[in-house]
Amino acid sequence: MNEFLQQLINGLSLGAIYALIALGYTMVYGVLRFINFAHGDVFMVGAFSAMYAARWMAPHTAAWPQWLSALCVLGAAMLLCALLGILVERLAYKPLRERPRLTVLITAIGVSQLLEYTAQLVFGAAPRGFPSLITTRSIAGLGGLHLSNIQALVLLVSALLLAGLHFIVMRTRMGLAMRAMSLNPTAAMLMGVNNSVVISFTFGLGSALAAAAAVFYASLYQAIDPFMGVMPGMKAFVAAVLGGIGSLPGAMAGGLILGVLETLVVGYSGLLGISPGYRDAVAFVLLILILLFKPSGLFGKLQREKV
Amino acid sequence: MRPRIILLLVIAAFASVSFCFTGHPEAAWPLAQLDDYLLNILLMAGINVILAVSLNMVNGYTGQFSLGHAGFMAVGAYGSAAITQIQGKVLLETFGFLGAAAPVFLFSLAVLAGGILAALAGLAVGLPSLRLKGDYLAIVTLGFGEIIRVMLQNTESLGGARGLTGIPPRTTLGWTWAIAALSVYCVGSLVRSTYGRGFLAVRDDEIAAEAMGIHTTAYKVTAFVVGSFFAGLAGALYAHMICYISPEGFSFMKSVDVVVMVILGGMGSTAGVTLAAIGLTFLNEVLRQMQEYRMVAFSLLLIVLMITRPQGLIGDLARFLPGRRRLKP
Repeated sequence: MNEFLQQLINGLSLGAIYALIALGYTMVYGVLRFINFAHGDVFMVGAFSAMYAARWMAPHTAAWPQWLSALCVLGAAMLLCALLGILVERLAYKPLRERPRLTVLITAIGVSQLLEYTAQLVFGAAPRGFPSLITTRSIAGLGGLHLSNIQALVLLVSALLLAGLHFIVMRTRMGLAMRAMSLNPTAAMLMGVNNSVVISFTFGLGSALAAAAAVFYASLYQAIDPFMGVMPGMKAFVAAVLGGIGSLPGAMAGGLILGVLETLVVGYSGLLGISPGYRDAVAFVLLILILLFKPSGLFGKLQREKV
Repeated sequence: MRPRIILLLVIAAFASVSFCFTGHPEAAWPLAQLDDYLLNILLMAGINVILAVSLNMVNGYTGQFSLGHAGFMAVGAYGSAAITQIQGKVLLETFGFLGAAAPVFLFSLAVLAGGILAALAGLAVGLPSLRLKGDYLAIVTLGFGEIIRVMLQNTESLGGARGLTGIPPRTTLGWTWAIAALSVYCVGSLVRSTYGRGFLAVRDDEIAAEAMGIHTTAYKVTAFVVGSFFAGLAGALYAHMICYISPEGFSFMKSVDVVVMVILGGMGSTAGVTLAAIGLTFLNEVLRQMQEYRMVAFSLLLIVLMITRPQGLIGDLARFLPGRRRLKP
């Protein structure tokens, strides 16, 4: 039982990261109806910008308490990625607004590759160590459970970010405009919603959440490289589809379910009789099963195709 | 003459000439010694032509966006290597009565088996996933490609993550370009046949096609199986050219490479895609010194191309060749 709870804790902190990335996919899908393939690479840029931010800030913030400097790094990474997301949307996706979805998808693959290989050019291909923003220590839990302070912080800050997002989407005018656009873009435009501003805002918001996820991910695994975004990006997409793409609670639930499921499969691989190497396959098998049996996801609405 | 026929004649001529160029020291025709580097580039170009033309069958003519081509290539590569490398000794003895022809016979068997295995994998993947559309299909094919890779990585009898070494070098220019010609011919005539118009109909408007009584799922699966079959052949040729295969070599990146060839050549233009595959293979070699910049430049090219010329660089230029029958709307 203890081991199971331990796996659950590990799975939830991984799942919170997936959930944060998945929100970016699902929000962009909500307003633009396309899969932003480059989202995973924005996540990667988030990790690198946090690393450099931490390095630059270190001399100035030495006297500050650790939580404050870590918060500054997190904020800097989120801001940089929000700007990157808006820039990518303006340069690459905006000219394609009325084009077929496949054209946009291919462009997104191009953007993803561009970010990866530019990062490789600038930062080098070898994995880099991520500075520990907060000294890791174990919070002795009940009955020999191991919970590190970073895991606890990941869960706590993710919950705060999700609450903030919920506030933005449900309580602000911009959130109202976003919801209107995902319901019916044309009608929203006729009601005076400025499409371009809403789309830019959505990209910025999603990218900032991806950057936060990247800081957490890098703090947990302590190594970053230019291709680190590929797998978490794809898995987060699976999480978004699992929850029903376009639905915010769905993306959160999907991320947590995927994180827990993946950790459990690895943790109990001996019991299941498979190699732990199948870790990366879990998400894709799950994706295929959802699309076959419930393509609209857990929280999604079924959309009929009209001629 | 139509460009496809010209192209086919050129490739067939190249294939028949290249049967004399074996590249091995004991070549039948001593004049026909090619230097190893050039030989490898020509082999790679042929393999890329097969990959691009077969992916074009799915992505270009049928309008289904597949991102898992490398997975089917891997099935072909591993399937064929299982025959020539893992079971090679036993099978060579079995076919010992063929004498000197035994290795070549075994190789042809292996290539065919690679293709058939990949086609079966294509059927298994296509049947459930082709009910999906557009970007969902892209992600699911990507997922299947990754599952195939992870499975290979965890199968110790196939070398696991270390890969499979010691595959006999059997791929020759003749084999490669003959299969390339075959793929161009098969895809070209399939699409231009009365039956094959269905593929284009599915691409142009799936709902309208269905209303006209076209079994869209059957067409999509057929395209997928044909595409996978040739990807399997390409994988088998690749395995017996490089002599070493590992799961990492068939990752998502490899699929994207093939997609770039298809897009650059113009989706739905066999001539354009063939030229793009050959051109990109050579360009890769020319730019090998600037490896890092090359990938940045390619991805930028892809983005700019999608914004300014989504029909591809070469695609509709073939339309200006004399005597071309108009096929596109």
